[in-house]
Amino acid sequence: MHAGSNVSELAPRAVPRAGARHWATSARTGGLLALAATIAALPLVLVNNYFYEVAILVGLNAIVCVGLNLLIGYAGQISLGHAGFYALGGYGSAILSGTYGLPTVLSLVTATLAVGVVAYVVGRPTLRLKGHYLAMATLGLGVIVSIVLATEDRWTGGPDGMSVPPLALAGVVLQGERLWYAVVGVALLLAVWLALNLIDSPAGRALRALHGSETAARVLGIDAARHKLRVFVISALFAAGAGALTAHYAGFITPAKASFMHSVELVIMVVFGGMASVFGAVVGAAVLTTLPQLLTALKDYETMAFGAVLIATLVFLPQGIVPTLARRFARRRAGGRGER
Amino acid sequence: MGGQWLQFVAGGLTAGAIYALVGLGFSIVFNASGAINFAQGEFVMIGGMSAVALLATGLPLSVAIALALAVAVIVGLLLDKLAIEPARNAGTVTLIIITIGASLFLRGLAQLVWDKRIHVLPAFSGEQPIALAGATLLPQSLWVLGVTALAVAVLSWFFGRTLFGKAMLASSYNALAARLVGIQTRTVLLVSFGLAALLGALAGVLTAPITFTSYDSGLMLGLKGFAAAMLGGLGSFAGAVVGGLVLGLLEALSAGFVSSAYKDAIAFLVLLALLFFMPGGLLGARRIERV
Amino acid sequence: MTLLAVDDLSKAFGGVRAIDGVSFTIGRGAVHSIIGPNGAGKTTLLNLLTGLVEPDRGHIRLQGRELAGLPAHRFAAVGIGRTFQNLQVFFNMTALENVMTGRHLLERDALWATLVRARSLVRSEAATRERAHELLAQVGLADWADEMADAMPYGALKRLEIARALAAEPRLLLLDEPAAGLNATEAHDIDALIKQLAAEGTTVVLVEHNMKLVMGVSDHLLVLDQGRKLAEGTPQQIRDNAAVVEAYLGAVDAIGEGAHA
Repeated sequence: MHAGSNVSELAPRAVPRAGARHWATSARTGGLLALAATIAALPLVLVNNYFYEVAILVGLNAIVCVGLNLLIGYAGQISLGHAGFYALGGYGSAILSGTYGLPTVLSLVTATLAVGVVAYVVGRPTLRLKGHYLAMATLGLGVIVSIVLATEDRWTGGPDGMSVPPLALAGVVLQGERLWYAVVGVALLLAVWLALNLIDSPAGRALRALHGSETAARVLGIDAARHKLRVFVISALFAAGAGALTAHYAGFITPAKASFMHSVELVIMVVFGGMASVFGAVVGAAVLTTLPQLLTALKDYETMAFGAVLIATLVFLPQGIVPTLARRFARRRAGGRGER
Repeated sequence: MGGQWLQFVAGGLTAGAIYALVGLGFSIVFNASGAINFAQGEFVMIGGMSAVALLATGLPLSVAIALALAVAVIVGLLLDKLAIEPARNAGTVTLIIITIGASLFLRGLAQLVWDKRIHVLPAFSGEQPIALAGATLLPQSLWVLGVTALAVAVLSWFFGRTLFGKAMLASSYNALAARLVGIQTRTVLLVSFGLAALLGALAGVLTAPITFTSYDSGLMLGLKGFAAAMLGGLGSFAGAVVGGLVLGLLEALSAGFVSSAYKDAIAFLVLLALLFFMPGGLLGARRIERV
Repeated sequence: MTLLAVDDLSKAFGGVRAIDGVSFTIGRGAVHSIIGPNGAGKTTLLNLLTGLVEPDRGHIRLQGRELAGLPAHRFAAVGIGRTFQNLQVFFNMTALENVMTGRHLLERDALWATLVRARSLVRSEAATRERAHELLAQVGLADWADEMADAMPYGALKRLEIARALAAEPRLLLLDEPAAGLNATEAHDIDALIKQLAAEGTTVVLVEHNMKLVMGVSDHLLVLDQGRKLAEGTPQQIRDNAAVVEAYLGAVDAIGEGAHA
């Protein structure tokens, strides 16, 4: 986010302090290991199937959010229709395996890739738009997907949804929360690893440059349209893959998965957890998936609370939770060390 | 056959008038802040639901409506003061997301304060349909069209003739210059939200007797109202009116002659087509970006 | 030897003819300056020469190759670099990352290599990082490498933009008011930097109001007024040109910082 107003005419200090490194570069391997350790150790506190269920949902949402964060946080774009990709992935795999009898792993991969192609085709004209026009276009696309899914009941089972066959690997059906937890855990680690690799690269800098100043980025030779489209497709692939996994896990899918509300929930998780922060996306998904589950007594207040969280985060912590905490942490460490 | 056409046209224009009112609200806030107010649809909902609730307390219909409008205006002013003003220097995308949060908040609040059921407001002057050239019109439709026309006339007078209205327009063309000549942009923003809330609530009470109202009726109406505003050119008042009427007609005719299942999708298809091919809308001017 | 040939270039915004039938050539290895009163069209000309704005009419040829009508990233690909009058620094990155981004055209950007972090990518990253450190040192910003750009003072940011532009190893570097807002010492540093770049073979085109800097560093001047070429020649020739003096003295009533050209 642009912070032009912070440019000071006179430097407050003659020599810059050491240790105030950009937090993202030092968090890479450490963060990945920490996440892996957390995933491995979490079963110790998951005392029953319900807790495993919540953890699995967190993992699946986190995969979508990591992808969406690349688009919103790093590239500075917006999508209010990502639930559409998620649902298309789910329905795609459901139809291919349920209606056409494809092996579930094949249907999952095919559906995900197909959604990627859709994202490519749809992304080209859409990403030419900026700001609120882009927001409304993605919103429109998402809503159209949800309307089509609800209306074409011959294929999709209509507003009540359709059932999805369970995932089977080499003839063995994946049953049970523990097994699914392992699958989702590995998928999440893979997603985070891919995202981190993308960010710490020329492509990643190109994305952040587009967010920082699209004009300057273009003048440095960055093909804005190509890079935006690429990250859009990647984030759609993440969403579709997670959507397909969820569909097979739940054994059922409904058009509500493509709804505007669902898209908004995903955006809230990304914004809350941290813009331009892969681990922030994971944290955001974790917090905002778990809390409503834990506070089922307060379910009536859920919509209101989500709205309030969104407003409060953007007004008071516009960077989101993880980057704000990381910055405070880095500042405190640097202050302790003193001047170079 | 002619009667059927007229039926669809009448229905389409009625719906279109509602979209026009909502679209006007979008354009006014857009002119003042450069951002899209996602909570615009909720003003419609608040107007309708408040009127229903107030009516249930025994107040006469006209008083209930007037108070409902007041409630919506207060909500609009609070929204500006508490959520928009603190973040007014943030980018447009941030402002959009904030208004999304506000719309969620208001919808959740409505669910708690009232309930999740569908409610209906009595028609203003009775339910007796009027026969006209082979079609039947609801008297409420005439109310909708008439009040909308009146509202548009009043707005034109306000923005075209009064000093404050002109100041608001000036502020939308160039906020800095407006500030330099003494126009308070904060006040302009506040009034804009109040006005948008009033228009939205007006649409809500006008349409509640026909399309009913519930805690989540605001979302779709808001989105369609936005499509209407975009159709005519975001920021243009005449455009919002024309856009609303055209959208209403398109919806009614396609529902009648093509497929009623995809009626809701029409607005979004129109929106997408506009965004991809004609972002300036039918009447709007193209914006030149300075590097 | 001619590096860039501009022929009958024109661009109008609405009714305003920002650039009207301008023709000139840029010789290789020399330092050229574009001067003129405010509103003369200098920044628009730079926008045209970097592809940010498409001309209505005319040609831009880099060593014979036509560039007019191409998108901005293609102008960059043939070796044209630029800094901005209103800073376009990437405030969401560190100083080092800003300069590293400048090297984008010289890096590998294969998606698969990126996603799996292939060894070729790791090596390329290390090389980019090292070169970025060198460039920061060259402009005197070595200590700011790991600081976020939004913590840097104005003068440092102007130098950062130059380092970032140099990272692409441009043949032609366009500097848009690099000395604006700088004090005498800082302006002198820019002067020395420009001379050094020219000595190393980079062709530099300067848009500036700081006459001392312009006269001291330029081999050739182009004077614009109201979108048209008023005069061109050596610094001495321009100094003696009566029309130029009149245009400047007639138009100047306030010398503002960051004013649009």
